[in-house]
Amino acid sequence: MKTSAIIHSFWLQKVGRLMLTLALVATLAFTLVNLSPVDPVTAYLGMDRMQIGQEQEQLIVARWGLDKGPVERFFLWTGNALKGDLGRSMIFNEPVTEVIAKRFLTSLNLMACAWLLSGIFGFVLGVLSGLYKNSLLDRCIRLYAYTVASTPSFWMGMVLLAIFSVQLGITPISGAYPPGTTSADATMWQHLHHLLLPAATLSVIGIAQIALHTREKMIDAMNSNYALFAMAQGDSRFGVAVHQALRNIALPAITLQFASLGELFGGSVLAEQVFSYPGLGKATVDAGIRGDVPLLLGITLFSAIFVFGGNTVADLLYTKLDPRITNRSEPL
Amino acid sequence: MLEIHNLSISFQRNRASFDRETLSVVSDISLSVQPGEIVALIGASGAGKSLVAHALLGLLPANATMSGEFIFKGKRLSPAGIQELRGREIALIPQSVTHLNPLTRVGKQVYRSARLSGRCADTAHTSCDRTFARYQLADTVKSMYPFQISRGMARRVLTATATAGNANLIIADEPTTGLDPEVSEQSLAHLKELATQGKGVVLITHDLENGVQIADTLVVLYEGMTVEITPARALEENDLIMHPYTRSLWQALPRNGFMSLPPTPSSSTLNRNGCLFAERCPQARPGCRQSAPSLRRVNHKLVRCNHVAG
Repeated sequence: MKTSAIIHSFWLQKVGRLMLTLALVATLAFTLVNLSPVDPVTAYLGMDRMQIGQEQEQLIVARWGLDKGPVERFFLWTGNALKGDLGRSMIFNEPVTEVIAKRFLTSLNLMACAWLLSGIFGFVLGVLSGLYKNSLLDRCIRLYAYTVASTPSFWMGMVLLAIFSVQLGITPISGAYPPGTTSADATMWQHLHHLLLPAATLSVIGIAQIALHTREKMIDAMNSNYALFAMAQGDSRFGVAVHQALRNIALPAITLQFASLGELFGGSVLAEQVFSYPGLGKATVDAGIRGDVPLLLGITLFSAIFVFGGNTVADLLYTKLDPRITNRSEPL
Repeated sequence: MLEIHNLSISFQRNRASFDRETLSVVSDISLSVQPGEIVALIGASGAGKSLVAHALLGLLPANATMSGEFIFKGKRLSPAGIQELRGREIALIPQSVTHLNPLTRVGKQVYRSARLSGRCADTAHTSCDRTFARYQLADTVKSMYPFQISRGMARRVLTATATAGNANLIIADEPTTGLDPEVSEQSLAHLKELATQGKGVVLITHDLENGVQIADTLVVLYEGMTVEITPARALEENDLIMHPYTRSLWQALPRNGFMSLPPTPSSSTLNRNGCLFAERCPQARPGCRQSAPSLRRVNHKLVRCNHVAG
């Protein structure tokens, strides 16, 4: 019964935090959009603005509720958002929720690939680097990690584009499927082919952080008392790494990987822009440039939930995987 | 069973990119352990006793260099050759529960130790069960994690892990530190029991009382040197022919007057030409600071002091 109470308060606390975060994010985003110099009407009409009359413009303003004060608009929007209605995207002319759902699925492929690749390769490189500390291999991995950690993702994307798409011509220049087809027509191979470079861009950079983090943890683990004792029992360094250290360093690595979803999201905004990949990141940039306020606010809220979700999964995994936390309530 | 002659350990330390200095931390230590014998290495922290233990296991860090001669069961071993013996012939009982993997169940760790000593899966399980029974550990303890067991239980688990491989030489590192008297007694009793079974035991401790209580031979270390090798009962028999340092340790025990010496001078200012103990020695004479004494035989002891007479 005690355990169930703990679980109960854990979730209550989580939901409370999420609500608070969302309220703060919504207020801040709304304020920022209001302060932005981009006028939604001009952004929407573009050059056509010259050709319409004052009356028509008033009609658009009234229809979008821009004639009301900002506070009134905020509460109107919040009220609708609580009912699940985030409004209509101006540039896609679809409900915001539908745009986000569609775009997110496209982004999900990209982010999942990048996340898995960077997690797996970063962990393996970090383990090797820490195990063979100061060897040539370790120096190479460190050089790579430090270089890449200080590289902006859009620049990395452009470099990869220049090499693989322009020079070598083995990967497509842009998009998520060949031009002239739709997502449904394209084969899985075509999807993967288009996914290759954007995913590589994101993971090449994501590897650095997890590798450097894992390396430090590995060095600590190999110098730990339990590693010493295992070696005193006759185990080799490699045996100690596999049987003792791996489990101890996997825990923080998994947590870190889930907690890094925010950076992944931010990276995908830039990478999608470079590769014109029609995902959520590209939609964010478009919404920002073209003054699509409902979509922009919707995506902001969604990304907050996404990052919050990642952190919560990390917390949950820790309690499940670490026996020191799982069995805390058990008697001796 | 094991003899060490003239063991010296030094460390390379980088001062600047191309400037290295060599720090000599253990010099000229000799000791021998017979089957069924408990040899206690006694010294203050920093005296080099743990390094000797690590040298016995071939676990010195990479920047350490070791010289000396190891003879195990009549065979000469190169300092590196000792690594082949760890787990199979030489086992370590570490100091605390932090030497167990925090994320692995206790039973699995004892089993792995048995496997590492060269047993196949089946015999490893039997020897694992046997050690659990020998140290009165219930079967339920097997599925516990190290953080779930009490200190007394941890001592038994560590002893079980070390002895699961049936090694002939056991090194016990500070087996009583931080334990209440009852658990301490039990911990020492287990070592005594191992010696009765014919195993050689090296007991590493800063507590002279431990040594006097169960050891056969005491090896007293001071600043990385052996200052005295004596049968343990000589102390209890109030045989006062001993090195001034050993005598000061003896007199510092609560039951012998609680008398302590002035604090140790920092080892960097230590005069390495003369006797290392001269700065603190109540019986130091001018000559002590000029020439370093060597280990010499007085009655049935080995003493590193020029002024002890038989």
